[in-house]
Amino acid sequence: MSAIFQHLANALSVGSLYALMAIGYTMVYGVLRLINFAHGEIFMMAMYVVFFGLATFMMPWYISFIVAILITALLGVTAERLAYRPLRDAPRISILISAIAVSYFLQNLATVLFGGRPLTFPQVPLFTSMMNLGGVHISRLLILTPVIAAVLLVGLQYLLKRTKTGMAMRAVARDYDAARLMGIDLNRTIAMTFFIGSALAGVGAIMWGMKYPQIIPTVGAMPGIKCFIAAVLGGIGNVAGAVVGGLVLGMTEILIVAAVPALAGYRDAFAFVLLIIVLLVKPTGLLGEKTTEKV
Amino acid sequence: MKLEIKDLRVSYGGIRALKGVNLTVDEGSIVTLIGANGAGKSTTLRAISGLLKPDAGQITYNGESIAGFPAKEIVKRGVVMVPEGRRVFPDMTVRENLLIGAYLRSDRAGIDQDLKYVMELFPRLSERTWQLAGTLSGGEQQMLAVGRALMAKPKLLMMDEPSLGLAPLVVKDIFSIIRRVNQDGITVLLIEQNANASLRVADYGYVLETGSIVLEGQGRALLENHSIQEAYLGHRKSAIPASGKASSEETSGKHGRKYEVSMNSD
Repeated sequence: MSAIFQHLANALSVGSLYALMAIGYTMVYGVLRLINFAHGEIFMMAMYVVFFGLATFMMPWYISFIVAILITALLGVTAERLAYRPLRDAPRISILISAIAVSYFLQNLATVLFGGRPLTFPQVPLFTSMMNLGGVHISRLLILTPVIAAVLLVGLQYLLKRTKTGMAMRAVARDYDAARLMGIDLNRTIAMTFFIGSALAGVGAIMWGMKYPQIIPTVGAMPGIKCFIAAVLGGIGNVAGAVVGGLVLGMTEILIVAAVPALAGYRDAFAFVLLIIVLLVKPTGLLGEKTTEKV
Repeated sequence: MKLEIKDLRVSYGGIRALKGVNLTVDEGSIVTLIGANGAGKSTTLRAISGLLKPDAGQITYNGESIAGFPAKEIVKRGVVMVPEGRRVFPDMTVRENLLIGAYLRSDRAGIDQDLKYVMELFPRLSERTWQLAGTLSGGEQQMLAVGRALMAKPKLLMMDEPSLGLAPLVVKDIFSIIRRVNQDGITVLLIEQNANASLRVADYGYVLETGSIVLEGQGRALLENHSIQEAYLGHRKSAIPASGKASSEETSGKHGRKYEVSMNSD
C-alpha cells in the first residue's frame, strides 16, 4: 500500500516537472512555430545558477531560487533576441538550425565556465526532508512539486485568459498580421513568451535538481528532449496539451518501471516509443488543434 | 483629419506592386478604391496600416507623415484596418475578439460604451458573446471583424474587401453598416471588387490598375463611366461583337484593358 502511494506520488511529481518544461516548448512553438531546442540548456543553466547561489555565494535558498528563475528567463529572452528574431522572416529551417546552435553553444559555454565535472545540487531541507503522511514516509518534494506546478499552471491560465499580455500572446500565436493590426507589439509579445516559458523551465530545473542532484553541462539534454516529446504528445501549441502530455509521459515512465522493475534500464526509451506511436496514430497529439497552418 | 498619399511606391516579394499612387481621403467621406485582383489595392491598405514598408512616397495623416511607422503607431492615431478575409481570432470568443480590438486603450468606461455601441450595431453578435469566433458564419465573422476594428475607436476605418465571399443579403447588411458607421462620424476607405455596391456608397472613387491610379472621380460619375461599366460592372456595349469590326480594346479581355482616361484628369 505504502509502496503504491510512493510510486503514484513519484509519478505525479515527475509528470508535473515534465509539464512545467513542456509548456515552454509549446508556448514558443505557438508564437514562432519553432521547436526551441535550446530549452533544455536553459533548464541546465538554471541548475548551475542555483548551485553557485547556494554553494558559492551562500545565498538563502529563496533568494537563490528567485535569482536563478530571473536569470533563466532573461537567458531565454536573450536567445530569442540574438538568435531567433533576426531569422523571423527566414525559412523555418534556418531558425530551427539556429536553435540547435544555441543549444550546443550553451552546453559548451557551461563546460568552459563551470567545467565538465559533475556538481552536486545543494539540498534545501524545507523541500527535501522526509515527512510523515498518514503513516507513509515520503519526501516533501514529492508533494510540493505537483502543488507548485499546479499553482503555476493556474497562474498561467489566468495570465493567458484574463490579462492583456495573455490575450496578445494568443493573438500572436494565431495570426501575426491581425495581431499587429490590433496594435500589438510583436517583438515584445514574443519576448514575453520566452520570458515566461524560460522562467517555468527554471522552476522545473530547481525541482529537478533537488530530485536528481547531479549537475553536468549536458544535464538538460534528456529532460529537454523528453519534454519536447511531452509537448508533441499533448498537441504542440496547446498549453493544456503540454500539461497533459507531461503528466502522461512522467506517469508512464515511473509506473512502468514500478510495475516491471526489470525495465528500469529502458526508462528513457519509453518517451521515444510514445513519440513514435503518437506520430503514427495521432500526429496532432492528444489535445492538438486541427492542422490549420498559418498562411 | 485628412489622409493624403503621394507617389506611394511599394515592392512586395520582389515585385513593384505600387508604382506611384496618389489619393486623398477627406474627413467624413467614404472613399473607395476599386480594381481587379492584383491591382495593388490590398498593398495600398497594408502600406497605410504599417504592415508593409513603402519604398518611396508620402503618407500623411492629419498633417503628420506616418509612412513606415509600425502598425501599432498607426492604430494609435486612429487609422484602423479590417483585413481581407476577416482574420478574426477563431479560438477566442466573440467578446475576447472585441476586447482585443481595444488593445491599445485603457479607458474602461469608454471601452464598455463602445462595446455597447458595437452590440447595438450588430445584434447578432450580442447573442453570441461567449461563442468561439471560429464557429461563426462568414457574415457574422465579417461583422465581428468590423466590430473589432470599431473597438479601437477609429477615426479612419479601412476595409479590405468586406463583401468577399458573402451571401448577397449579408453584403447588403455590410454596406448599410458602412453607411451607418460613416454617419456616426468615421471616415471610411473601402476596397472592393464589388465595384457596383462600393461606388454607390462612396463619395469618391479611385480605380487602381497594375499599381497605378488610372481613373478617379465622384462615386456616381464613375458608376456611369463606360469603361468602368465594362470592366467592373459587367455591362457590355454590345453583348458579343457582331462581326469582325470590334476594336482590339473591346476584345482584349480582362487583362491589359485600356481606358479612356480623359475624364477627371484635373
